[in-house]
Amino acid sequence: MGELKLMKGNEAIAEAAIREGVDAYFGYPITPQSEVIEYLMAEKPHERTGMVVLQAESEVAAINMVYGAAGAGKKVMTSSSSPGISLKMEGVSYMAGAELPAVLLNVVRGGPGLGTIQPSQADYFQAVKGGGHGDYKMIVLAPASVQEMADFVELSFDLAFKYLTPVMILSDGVIGQMMEKVEVKEHKPRMTDEELIKRSPWATVGKPKERERNVISSLNLDSHIQEEHNHKLIAKYKEIQEKEVRCEFIDCEDAEYVIVAYGSSARIAQKSLQLLKEKGIKAGLIRPITLFPFPKKEINEIAAKVKGILSVEMNTGQMIEDVKLAVEGKVPVSHYGRFGGVIHSPQEVADALDQKIKGGFKDE
Amino acid sequence: MTEEIIIAGFGGQGVLSMGKILAYSGIMQDQEVSWMPSYGPEMRGGTANVTVILSDERIGSPVLTEFDTAIILNQQSMDKFERTVKPGGYLLYDPNGITRHPERTDINIFKIEGAKQAAEMGNTKIFNMVVLGAYLKMRPIVKLENVILGLKKSLPERYHSLIPLNEAAINNGMNNISEVQAT
Repeated sequence: MGELKLMKGNEAIAEAAIREGVDAYFGYPITPQSEVIEYLMAEKPHERTGMVVLQAESEVAAINMVYGAAGAGKKVMTSSSSPGISLKMEGVSYMAGAELPAVLLNVVRGGPGLGTIQPSQADYFQAVKGGGHGDYKMIVLAPASVQEMADFVELSFDLAFKYLTPVMILSDGVIGQMMEKVEVKEHKPRMTDEELIKRSPWATVGKPKERERNVISSLNLDSHIQEEHNHKLIAKYKEIQEKEVRCEFIDCEDAEYVIVAYGSSARIAQKSLQLLKEKGIKAGLIRPITLFPFPKKEINEIAAKVKGILSVEMNTGQMIEDVKLAVEGKVPVSHYGRFGGVIHSPQEVADALDQKIKGGFKDE
Repeated sequence: MTEEIIIAGFGGQGVLSMGKILAYSGIMQDQEVSWMPSYGPEMRGGTANVTVILSDERIGSPVLTEFDTAIILNQQSMDKFERTVKPGGYLLYDPNGITRHPERTDINIFKIEGAKQAAEMGNTKIFNMVVLGAYLKMRPIVKLENVILGLKKSLPERYHSLIPLNEAAINNGMNNISEVQAT
């Protein structure tokens, strides 16, 4: 068993990055995730592991530093919150196009625009449907605890290097700011240059005589070559959809109604299940851990056994679209959520489901 | 057993660090814990509050609207959180600066002159530890020895010389809490 600590989600992810043997972090502070860079600066990992931690002059600079380091085959990450992530989206699209591995953390706050600094899940569409331009997807993981903030660092890098794609950890102000008990893993050494070349033969590490030049680019002026590249990307996303779905089921076995919720909303909904039980309502919870790939098959199977599905998100209704696609009209699907930085309470979620059932649970 | 607590007062009173010590103490006795602070504009020169949950089971929502115990350290927090205590729950407050005392009749109410006691001890910074001591007396869920262990774990080593002072403040709070109303 690793060491037990009491940490904020933002601190846990920073500590996990050092222990994962990450080569570099480039970022720019913004509430509610500034603790990530603050923690890394205070810990000075460069003195222990050689990890570079740099505050860039802007989010745009930070994401382009990530692009450069990823192109050299390095384990590299960045973090921001909603408005800052928007600035980074151009770089994310370029990395998806150039097939570069990197990890991004978004500690979401309310929007649009500068919005509020309070927690929100309003960036679901941006994370799973694109955000940057072009036909691409990135793997999106949704931690629901401080432990998962730490654990998903390793998982994200594993997936990023396996599929050569940017991976986003989609968190929010609740998970980032709260403290919980967290077990941190043993230190992994950073990769040596030889190990890196073996793992990532595509990396731009200087051209030896034996091979052609490695080129990292997202530019294809020949449309046919671009189309072929798009085919390759789509095949990759299909494989990810088939192999990498992760989700958790709570009390779904004999549930009559099921809530679908991720991240902090899933934590809140877990408490709502208790309150619903007291009202005599049999409710379960499906918690998607991967938002792309979305647990379509899993939700579809449960839909056949229940009377209705409620998508609970701290936004005006985004994930509900994916839930509906998964359910294929088998049962009514409805949405509940507070937004703009307001966090719904367990009671509000329970009351919302109760009211909807009393009203005949209609599709929305 | 699950204890859901809100601690609320002014920024600078040590509300967040008191919650942190409580959470650490919970870990020391193998409990699940969560600590969810207010980090919004109210914290930047105004009221600060933190929700702490100690439980023997996996903790669901870290965000709550009603609590087993409220520790209230200023009038704004009294106005906001008195009504959030569950019927039969506990409210602990420092009457210093309070203009409207709690009015609920369905909860247990306790009082601690934390600011006064800390001033008498000659160090107003240990105010929050006096209040913590009162809480430990009112709700003996966390053992004092685990609080001391928690303090050792949460304080950087250079401050460990201050632990006896903190312990004295906790004892002061335990001895000076008074019951206002029992249900």
